[in-house]
Amino acid sequence: MDIEIMVENVAVELLRQAVTKLPRDVKEALQRAHREEESDVGKTQLQAILNNVELAEKTGTPMCQDTGIIIFYVKAGAQAKGLDTIEDALIKATKRATNEVPLRPNSVGIFTRKNTGDNTGRYIPYVNWKVTQGETIELTVFPKGGGSENVCALGMIRPGEGLNGLKKFVLDTVLNAGAKPCPPNILGVGVGGGADIAMKIAKAALLRPIDQPNADPEIAKLERELYEAANMTGIGPMGLGGRFTVLGVNVDHANRHPASYPVAVAVQCWAARRASARISFDGTVEYLTHKVV
Amino acid sequence: MAVYKLKTPISEDAVRKLKVNDVIYVTGTMVTARDSAHKRALEYFKEKKKMPIDLEGLVVFHCGPIVKKEDDKWTVVAAGPTTSTRMDLFEDEFIKAFKVRVVIGKGGMGRRTTEGMKKYGAVYGAFTGGAAVLAAKAIKKVKNVEWFDLGMPEALWILDVENFGPLIVAIDTHGNNLFGEVQKRTEETRPRIYEKLDIPTG
Repeated sequence: MDIEIMVENVAVELLRQAVTKLPRDVKEALQRAHREEESDVGKTQLQAILNNVELAEKTGTPMCQDTGIIIFYVKAGAQAKGLDTIEDALIKATKRATNEVPLRPNSVGIFTRKNTGDNTGRYIPYVNWKVTQGETIELTVFPKGGGSENVCALGMIRPGEGLNGLKKFVLDTVLNAGAKPCPPNILGVGVGGGADIAMKIAKAALLRPIDQPNADPEIAKLERELYEAANMTGIGPMGLGGRFTVLGVNVDHANRHPASYPVAVAVQCWAARRASARISFDGTVEYLTHKVV
Repeated sequence: MAVYKLKTPISEDAVRKLKVNDVIYVTGTMVTARDSAHKRALEYFKEKKKMPIDLEGLVVFHCGPIVKKEDDKWTVVAAGPTTSTRMDLFEDEFIKAFKVRVVIGKGGMGRRTTEGMKKYGAVYGAFTGGAAVLAAKAIKKVKNVEWFDLGMPEALWILDVENFGPLIVAIDTHGNNLFGEVQKRTEETRPRIYEKLDIPTG
């Protein structure tokens, strides 16, 4: 099999799936929020979101006009052949998907101020690599919208404040963000490591389904506590007031330097777009987040 | 939460009747305008240059749509609202100059715009952020595009819309601002939540 063509085709399909159809867990969380929302205005917003999601699915069009900056996560089996071609394949896939789906061109040069028109450019699409054992390649696409990205925050809190400091920082981030990140949101919280590591694991935590609490009961409890705290703010759907400010909170952690306590909050809008597939050495493709008809 | 259906051209009297939390749907002519379009329009007004379209009684939408051209015909694929606060720089002057009656976007707008809306007679309608397909469905036709040199997202897209909504009136002509009210209430929850989380204050 030609791994380059294979990866390109799968990546285009994943981009299409991600921007046109929400993963099951997110859709269910939105439906639940709609059932349980007590604010009338909040309910109208959740109804509009659900109608929109339904229409996007039916017509195969992007659920939001901001189709984001394109991020990939690749788990590459060390024994798979042609790994050196994957990055090129992902760039080609991004260009093709921009045309075919279509995606909004969102890649702008810092100094040229020019939009490249095809969602590619320096470091973009961004590829996160992890080398694993075996011969399979697991590919995840994560198109990330700008509105929610603008309120992501990193805090280097004092280690003496510990978990209390973490909770305060997460809550303050939600309160400061208000209506801006298109709530109800999903929060990825990364703690420890270093500034970059905390944000990396915070963002990657957004890839975990929100109905799947952290396997560690202590951390699962923290996730629950942060979820309840964020939903006490009353910001509500679209910041128009209501119970549902967040749909879920996913926490991940790394060990830290004795002097540092980095806390990163990656904020995701309700249009939580992600899609994954596994490509086996014999060329079979298994789509992991979306059913293919 | 009263529901109103408005048709362009919308009169000043019609919008002065609306209150925050009302739901409106608009039918008629809607024009997209973001930062650059607002800026250029105000320059045109200052220099007494003729605008490509008379905006009186029309609806302005803060939106950078995905638009597709097929057989020389434009169709809107996705058209959700963009964050409106960026237009706070221009909106009061814009309403004064062009007499638009409904401004649509997401996230709300600030005090300057709220005062402008009270003074010159316009409301802010919040459209659900990201609900781009719902928006596109209510857009029946692209009548024209002006200022395309500003780029696809920033151009003036002149659209024919039918029952575009639901829009929550979030700023009315009486000086009320729903986002401001929610923000104020939200701020008041901070100490209570700190307490629940055992976060020492002071």
